[in-house]
Amino acid sequence: MKVLKRKPELCIACHACESACSTTWFKEDNAEKSCIRIKEGEKENVIVSCTQCGECIDVCPVQAITRDKNGIVRINKSICVGCFICVGFCPELAMFMNDEYIEPFKCVACGQCAKQCPTEAISIEQE
Amino acid sequence: MNIEKLKSAHKLLKEYKYELGKIERGYTNRTLYINLGDNTIKEKTVTQLMKDKFIGGKGFGLYYLWNAVTPDTKWNSPENEIVIASGPVGGITQYPGSGKSLVCSLSPLTGMPMDSNVGGYFGPLLKFSGFDALELQGKADKDVIVFIDGNSGTIRIEEAPEEAIDSHILGEQLTEMYAENEEDKRNISVVSAGSAANNAYIGLLNFTFYDVRRKQIRLKQAGRGGIGTVFRDKKIKALVVKFAGVKGNLNNPADQSSINKAGIKLHKEIHDLDDKQNRMRQVGTANIIEVMDQYDLLPTHNYKFGGHPDTYKISSKVFTSMITQNTPDGCWYGCSMSCAKAVDRFELKTGPYKGQKVIVDGPEYENAAGLGSNCGIFDPYAILELNFYCDTYAVDTISYGTLTAFLMECYENGIINKEITGGLELNFGNSSASLEMLHQMARGEGFGKLAGLGIRNLKRIFVEQYGADPVFLNDIGMEQKGLEFSEYMPKESLAQQGGYGLTNKGPQHDEAWLIFMDMVNNQIPTFEDKAEALHYFPMFRTWFGLNGLCKLPWNDIAPADNKLTEEPAKIPDHVQNYVDIFNGVTGKKIDKNELIVQSERVYNFQRIFNIRMGYGKRIHDAIPYRAMGPVTAEEYLSRQERYDKQLKELVGFNPEGKTTEEKMAALRAYRKDQYEKLTDAVYKRRGWTMDGVPTVEHLKAIGMDLPELVEVVKKHL
Ligand code: SF4
Ligand code: SF4
Ligand code: SF4
Repeated sequence: MKVLKRKPELCIACHACESACSTTWFKEDNAEKSCIRIKEGEKENVIVSCTQCGECIDVCPVQAITRDKNGIVRINKSICVGCFICVGFCPELAMFMNDEYIEPFKCVACGQCAKQCPTEAISIEQE
Repeated sequence: MNIEKLKSAHKLLKEYKYELGKIERGYTNRTLYINLGDNTIKEKTVTQLMKDKFIGGKGFGLYYLWNAVTPDTKWNSPENEIVIASGPVGGITQYPGSGKSLVCSLSPLTGMPMDSNVGGYFGPLLKFSGFDALELQGKADKDVIVFIDGNSGTIRIEEAPEEAIDSHILGEQLTEMYAENEEDKRNISVVSAGSAANNAYIGLLNFTFYDVRRKQIRLKQAGRGGIGTVFRDKKIKALVVKFAGVKGNLNNPADQSSINKAGIKLHKEIHDLDDKQNRMRQVGTANIIEVMDQYDLLPTHNYKFGGHPDTYKISSKVFTSMITQNTPDGCWYGCSMSCAKAVDRFELKTGPYKGQKVIVDGPEYENAAGLGSNCGIFDPYAILELNFYCDTYAVDTISYGTLTAFLMECYENGIINKEITGGLELNFGNSSASLEMLHQMARGEGFGKLAGLGIRNLKRIFVEQYGADPVFLNDIGMEQKGLEFSEYMPKESLAQQGGYGLTNKGPQHDEAWLIFMDMVNNQIPTFEDKAEALHYFPMFRTWFGLNGLCKLPWNDIAPADNKLTEEPAKIPDHVQNYVDIFNGVTGKKIDKNELIVQSERVYNFQRIFNIRMGYGKRIHDAIPYRAMGPVTAEEYLSRQERYDKQLKELVGFNPEGKTTEEKMAALRAYRKDQYEKLTDAVYKRRGWTMDGVPTVEHLKAIGMDLPELVEVVKKHL
């Protein structure tokens, strides 16, 4: 299974990953629409992103979230009813939403962000 | 199940086409009227007055009911209506508990308007199909089904002779029949009753939702007050609504963002804290069984006592192990509180479905206490079996539990005997007798049929036919206004006695549950404090019913810092959430005070409706003494130390050297007087006369001095 791996100690908070992600999926450079978020801390930065743990699969009332054959947890937007339980229940706080859309969004380990990261703080790995 | 055969037996009585609606800020601005007597189907416009004064949900229900009936209308008069409505907030998917339907009708038990709050998808799907409410009037000749297709804009009344009556089968049959395929089943909700509702006055309505994981329907109950009996009297077999395309913004809210924000905040709270607080996600409302026992609040043996050494056998731990875990059991989308628990593959041991493996929707606390401890039954399997049969037969578990407990006490006191019961040995603890009585109720036979008339009628019959002592029966028969008490022991909490007694529809805890505030935490010591609580909480809780909301996510979870707030019992943070989601949907700008006034209008309307029907006065707010104190020496002696101490410290009566009878009499006089004083204080706070009639000044002050209301109250001032 492909997963985005994080090494926060290498993160310099340039936010390039956020730009890459939102541009890929929403055609817009806007961190509020990114599936990866960098929280700047005093000592260390925190990289918030999905671990593909699958907890959100079990809380979705309409089974809109499933794991695909590559192990990636995906949302089927056509059946999602926009309840955002998955947003509130994600242990990583890595299920995101934006008021412009009525469905949530999450990392699908596409790797576009990792390509832009100057320090290799994030990378796509096979588990 | 041969669905084609069932379907081919249908006869179309009426088809009606309508323009699909558009929801604006929570309202479709249109309701649906159906008369089953002459098959009229028509649309009505929601007026500004309705929205301003009645908001929606049970406000709309009571408003239509008022216009439909006269003071002479009985529950089984053709003009009596069943009104089902969501509410402006109903159908949002982000905030837990936002999919309730409110059902109103004149009750066979009370003769007054009844309202019941129920989960399942019907209310929201009805709204998305284009209607803020559905009015059902008249009576059909033969069993009919009303089908609303919210995607094609079609309504059909079909004669339906062959389907089952019992809900667990009928719900499946109709879901299968009206869905195009498996995927489509989630778009269907069925409302149905069951065979006991053909006979008993305590019939309920089941509302379904389709559980996509179990691939079966689930049943949620509009339980109280016999609305299922009215439904069957109208010869309605079922209502079916179908709407495909639910999304999170169909209410077209004024401000989706504020709804999202409040919803996600509460989801997080539930995720982080539910395990530490009430464990609603694991075991639902049954989490409190042992807590109630511990505080002497779990009704046992017809409310004689508040606890029992055997309670551990039906504790929440026992039920947790029987309930299927880790499934999203919300009764509408977005309810992360997820209390709609179920026991799967439960094998029935009795009755017509013996041997079948079924889903038991529950057990909820009320069922465990009512069907269980109150009847001295501490067998979890028997409780689940009773729970299942009550639901599918359409019997209100609360009324059933409370009236069975009453019958058991009558039986043990020799007021009724085996000859009268047709052989049923109704001793406390006899679960087989309780089950057999329930099956009789469904078959419309024997003593079970009689029992279904409810405690008020049973008291009369026992006095008239078997020479029972009316004073004793009135003391121990736990009903008021004709409705059976729900399952909390109110003896040691005066505020809760008021919470049961000073209600509109009868002794149901959905108006006020003050036992902990009052008895355990002593937060409302004076009459004025209690009166304030008996004003605020009933009004606050009424508001859920105006909006299509559930009460549980308000205070069955609390923010981590709730205790530090000024009024923890109100959960101020959640009150603000409700203000935010209401404003978010409707675009209005209410605050927490206006929220209370919105409720006050409808609450006073309902009180005046009761008065119009010949009730709703002070005498109707009296409660049986069993709810206030020890009726029998057995009860007194079981808590002698407590009562003796109270006599000394509160009553100023020295118990030493007195007989139990003398002590009981002194305590009784004191407690009755306390209840009267409380009643005075509450009426005053609510703006009512000492006879319980809302004054014209008060109606003016809350903006509810509608001419038809003033006309009613004037006769009683
Ligand atoms: S979004 Fe959250 S819950 Fe879902 S797989 Fe990713 S980390 Fe797990
Ligand atoms: S927001 Fe959509 S994907 Fe998430 S839990 Fe709700 S329905 Fe499922
Ligand atoms: S808390 Fe329970 S009853 Fe209320 S809406 Fe949620 S699942 Fe339904």
